[in-house]
Amino acid sequence: MLSPESLKKIDREIAKYPPDQKQSASMGALRIAQEEKGWLASETIEFVAEYLGMPAIAVYEVASFYNMYDLAPVGAKKISVCTNLPCALSGGVHAADYIKKKLGIDFNETTADGQFTLKEGECMGACGDAPVLLVNNHRMCSWMTEEKIDQLLADLKK
Amino acid sequence: MTSQGIILSGLDGDRTWRLADYVKRGGYDALRKIIAEKIPADQIISEVKKSALRGRGGAGFPTGLKWSFMPRAFPGAKYIACNSDEGEPGTFKDRDILRYNPHSVIEGMVIAGYAMGCERGYNYIHGEIFETYERFEEALQEAREAGLLGNNILGSDFSFDLFAHHGYGAYICGEETALLESIEGKKGQPRFKPPFPASFGLYGKPTTINNTETFASIPYIIREGGDAFLALGKPNNGGTKLFSVSGHVNKPGNYEIPLGTPFSTLLEMAGGVRGGRKLKAVIPGGSSAPVLPASVMMDCTMDYDSISKGGSMLGSGAVIVMDETTCMVKALERLSYFYFEESCGQCTPCREGTGWLYRVVHRIENGLGRPDDLDLLNSVTANIMGRTICALGDAASMPVQSFVKHFGDEFAFHIEHKKCLVPKDVQHEGSKIYVA
Amino acid sequence: MLEIEIDGKQLQVPDGSTVMEAATQVGAYVPHFCYHKKLSIAANCRMCLVQVEKAPKPLPACATPVTNGMKVWTHSEQAVKAQKGVMEFLLINHPLDCPICDQGGECQLQDLSVGYGGVQSRYEEEKRVVSNKDLGPLVSTDMTRCINCTRCVRFTTEIAGLMELGQAFRGEHAEIMPFVEKTIETELSGNIIDLCPVGALTSKPFRFGARAWEMSRRKSVSPHDSLGSNLVVQIKNDQVKRVLPLENEELNECWLSDKDRFSYEALASEERLTRPMIKQGGQWTEADWATALEYVANGLKSVTAEHGAASIGALASPHSTLEELYLTQAVVRGLGSGNVDFRLRQSDFSADGKREGAPWLGMPVSKIGSLDRLFVIGSFFRKDHPLIAQRIRQAAKRGLKVSALNPAFDDWQLPVVNALNVRPSAMASSLLAVLKGLVEISGEAYDGEYAAALAGASSEPAARAIAESIASGRRSAVWLGNLAVQHQDAATLHALAQEIARVAKATFGVVGEAANSVGGYIANAVPVAGKGLNAAQMLASPLKAYLLLNLEPELDTAAGSSALRTLGKAEMVAVFSAFKSAAALEYADVILPVAPFTETAGTYVNCEGRAQSFYPVVKPRGEARPGWKVLKVIGDMLGLESCSVDSIEDVRKRVLGADGFVEPAKLGNAVHGVELKIAPASVRLERVADVPIYFADPIARRSAALQQTTDAAEPKARVSKATLAQIGIDSGARVKLVSSEGSVVVTLIEDEGVAGGCVRLAAAHVLTAPLGALNGEVSVERV
Repeated sequence: MLSPESLKKIDREIAKYPPDQKQSASMGALRIAQEEKGWLASETIEFVAEYLGMPAIAVYEVASFYNMYDLAPVGAKKISVCTNLPCALSGGVHAADYIKKKLGIDFNETTADGQFTLKEGECMGACGDAPVLLVNNHRMCSWMTEEKIDQLLADLKK
Repeated sequence: MTSQGIILSGLDGDRTWRLADYVKRGGYDALRKIIAEKIPADQIISEVKKSALRGRGGAGFPTGLKWSFMPRAFPGAKYIACNSDEGEPGTFKDRDILRYNPHSVIEGMVIAGYAMGCERGYNYIHGEIFETYERFEEALQEAREAGLLGNNILGSDFSFDLFAHHGYGAYICGEETALLESIEGKKGQPRFKPPFPASFGLYGKPTTINNTETFASIPYIIREGGDAFLALGKPNNGGTKLFSVSGHVNKPGNYEIPLGTPFSTLLEMAGGVRGGRKLKAVIPGGSSAPVLPASVMMDCTMDYDSISKGGSMLGSGAVIVMDETTCMVKALERLSYFYFEESCGQCTPCREGTGWLYRVVHRIENGLGRPDDLDLLNSVTANIMGRTICALGDAASMPVQSFVKHFGDEFAFHIEHKKCLVPKDVQHEGSKIYVA
Repeated sequence: MLEIEIDGKQLQVPDGSTVMEAATQVGAYVPHFCYHKKLSIAANCRMCLVQVEKAPKPLPACATPVTNGMKVWTHSEQAVKAQKGVMEFLLINHPLDCPICDQGGECQLQDLSVGYGGVQSRYEEEKRVVSNKDLGPLVSTDMTRCINCTRCVRFTTEIAGLMELGQAFRGEHAEIMPFVEKTIETELSGNIIDLCPVGALTSKPFRFGARAWEMSRRKSVSPHDSLGSNLVVQIKNDQVKRVLPLENEELNECWLSDKDRFSYEALASEERLTRPMIKQGGQWTEADWATALEYVANGLKSVTAEHGAASIGALASPHSTLEELYLTQAVVRGLGSGNVDFRLRQSDFSADGKREGAPWLGMPVSKIGSLDRLFVIGSFFRKDHPLIAQRIRQAAKRGLKVSALNPAFDDWQLPVVNALNVRPSAMASSLLAVLKGLVEISGEAYDGEYAAALAGASSEPAARAIAESIASGRRSAVWLGNLAVQHQDAATLHALAQEIARVAKATFGVVGEAANSVGGYIANAVPVAGKGLNAAQMLASPLKAYLLLNLEPELDTAAGSSALRTLGKAEMVAVFSAFKSAAALEYADVILPVAPFTETAGTYVNCEGRAQSFYPVVKPRGEARPGWKVLKVIGDMLGLESCSVDSIEDVRKRVLGADGFVEPAKLGNAVHGVELKIAPASVRLERVADVPIYFADPIARRSAALQQTTDAAEPKARVSKATLAQIGIDSGARVKLVSSEGSVVVTLIEDEGVAGGCVRLAAAHVLTAPLGALNGEVSVERV
């Protein structure tokens, strides 16, 4: 179900917690599973549950509660743009509009070629870097002017 | 990043986050001193009390007092948790601390572990700053390899280990008991208190939770003494504080300044209002704090007491600056959407009420407001506030109440004229992409 | 103790009490939804906000601990304002579909909205819609009505032992659901219907069946397992519409197992007998009662005259009432026969004549919670005794350590600290090893009757661990489960368990299979050793006449379908049953429709020896008649003094005495002088048979909804991975299982819970009945 590398990473997460608290690793394990699979199918969630000795619904609760987990397939590159107030005051919404125009999609849509999915993000804790966006949850891109967005999309398409 | 203080000062170059660099800045001297001089735990706590350090996460609770609540003689595990789940709109200080000075947090937590008799700690890091989480993991590894973490720290009989736990997109985990639930691998739904974490925390064990900046202040307090820290600020408001300034200023960023600095000075440091436009309003302590009109704000100094007197809260020190191009209805609409999205869904007033608030504000913004909507908003917020398990209900309500209170005319105009007092093109101009 | 004042009333409450508990004590009703006395505190609905002196804001009564000197107002202006505020939030997204909601009339939200709701909604936005979930055949969902109180989630996690429901997503999008495409499978699922304060979870079999206020409520007692759950049976138009728990803290608390709750569907089954039937010349014809009774009485008379009374035998189901059991044996004994038994699935009767009394739990059910060690021998505990297992689950949270010896384990959804999994023929030697361990731990010389056997006992670490566990307890119990009682060496297991309990100073108990497993003994529906045949003997070689009361021999006896061959040779088989069955039409000569528990008066004596009498809640269906009356009339026709009773109370008095209680002296688990059978464990494959929860008795077998559950799935042969390898057949293959009695073709699957060298195959199912005995050697061949 998951690669040996992913399982090794999950084991490292498990080791962070007391031996009788394996379920603490559920967030890390789901993140690792999503990195490998792109999104969290129910089989993946069930596998993680079994691996951690948890009821499947308990893991599903976690996967559905935190909004960086994707319970449906997304494009190869998921771009989440923060449009919250502090970012919006420095162009967060404009940056999102620009990306929408460039990709021809709205929030929660994926380009026809499956390359890009666009999401509206909530506060990323980087308001001073506005406009801010995340690529595939983990790569933060700051001060996204139109030029930098052009550059980013070009790089990502490669 | 400008510093007149202790946490973000001396951070020159691109390796400031490395252990060697931190040690060069006097890092881990405090810990070494404690270990070498076998300083009793009590003395450390009283030093922290003396410093008048108040929790930097938003509530401003005296740190030394909090530490003294930990049961001393408790048999079995006790925990330290650091709250780096920084997701309150406007707040972005902890990310910089973790990116540029992670060892200050590690050292602060090790000292806290020593002072409270804990052997294990967790730093809960906001999921969206994943690169920072990874860097913190590297810093932990450095500390472990240098004998500053793990068994028998610096050859003493004191052992403490520290791990990083990442969030993955849930503002509510910044609430300390939701954070604990999240470390336990569950949904981040806050717990009812009592019992408080000091008696029933992580895995049901006594736990102390502090903010990143709070822990980062500890090494200085131990190294230089509580009095020295206190002297950096003003009485009852010890030390310097990081302020995250965002919005309509020329130089958004973090500013570490003594508590009690006039707001006008801070605004000046941040380059003043963008484009020389007129200041309209400021949210002085993160999006949950009541908004203040420019006139009130300009008379405030940046400390817990002054902002409180002004009618708001210093909170996490996130200063959101709005100029005259801002439509206050639209601004509130976005904040209300945020709380609606981030409500954990556990208790009724917040689960149901945040959606109601957002929908009414959304209606007003879109020209569908009704004459009694403002009364409705006030009534709904009153029914949410103080009726929920955690403070998110209050956090969602305070912006609504304060926006309506201070900018009621603008809301009334929206309702009556189905459009904004601030022309669309002016709004558009004011919210264009701006990079300093 | 803490002093508290609530609404001006002073009272004292124990330390650790909540304001809600204190309020309940003074009779101050605090409105609430999420709070439930048996579940953990969630404090999420916020309906129970009350005013507390010095508190700046209202506090939830359910979660606020009482502090000394506290003053609380549950109906002050501040409290009511908060409560009304919460009620408004609860209602804004709740649909206005009360007229088509099954919960209408018994809905907490509806009731409280009368007192706390507004006249008109201020919410003019669109209401939330939530998709329904398929929770299986028993629980129906209308999730848009859900108020997210999470009672159901907490129930599955805390009471049923496995989190099968969760609250997924967050905020306004939060939804209660099982894991994607899963249903819920706990045998206690129906309780979430009772717990749901709104109409989100309702009974599927009952759906749209009646309005709460149209039904009358009558008390009854569950006819199924040995707990004797108390029931409220709800009636409309003389029909049972629904069964709910009647709260009895000493037995079922506020719960019911799904079997107790949903089996009522069988009462309206198409297979119900409504007229007496007589077979003449191979043809069945309906008859009137006089003719049918005459037929039975004459049959018995002529068999007695021609072959002697000893050629008459009676078998009665342990689900029969105490009165039926008593009169059955009275008829048989009145005629001069001693052949009567109710222990239908038992195969070893060698302890008969050596018993001190009726086997019972050895303790009250209400004391189970205070045990700190428990050793369960031979039991499919969770499915055999759902609500006793629930009590154990709660006790385990308080430190009870459970050990178990069984040839197959399912997940009991409670921590089993030591699980010793051995083949049936090795169970006795395992018990001997436990006994040996206990003697060693005691450090004293063994002074009991099994010194010789003990000398040859082996030392197994697993048995030693069990011994250490029981020995370390201060309130320990050793229980024999159904499998142990049905075991081929039941007397040996019983004697050893008794000895283990004695040495460990533990309570010794027998949990009991059915509603009247104790009552059968109390009613004397057992043969006196040497003076009558037991159930196995009666079915092994044919008698001339049989009375069969409430049983289906092919499913309800240890003999399985070979019982049918024996019965087929009798001159007269009289069946007393509520249901028609194809098999009975073959072997019976006369079938008398007797009333099930809802249509008759009767008494069940539960596992703790508590006699619980009940009265009919509806009229008998068609011409069905209470079994006790039918038997009495037959007795009268035969001129039997022992049957000349005036009323059901009269019968009861004969069994229980004027007080209506089981005399404690009649209960007793001790056996004396049992010769131990400790053979070397078999090396051939052995059968392990469980009696699945919904196959166990004729009523459960006919409940349509229960039969759609996973627990009622077609039986499969289960073997461990190692055994699969040994026999060289793959999991999933169709195989033929052969016993000395017959053979069956089933699917073979891997099950790591089954002891090595065993095939687990459920009993009490038509598919498996040809195999006969519940244990013994079997062979497997690929087909």
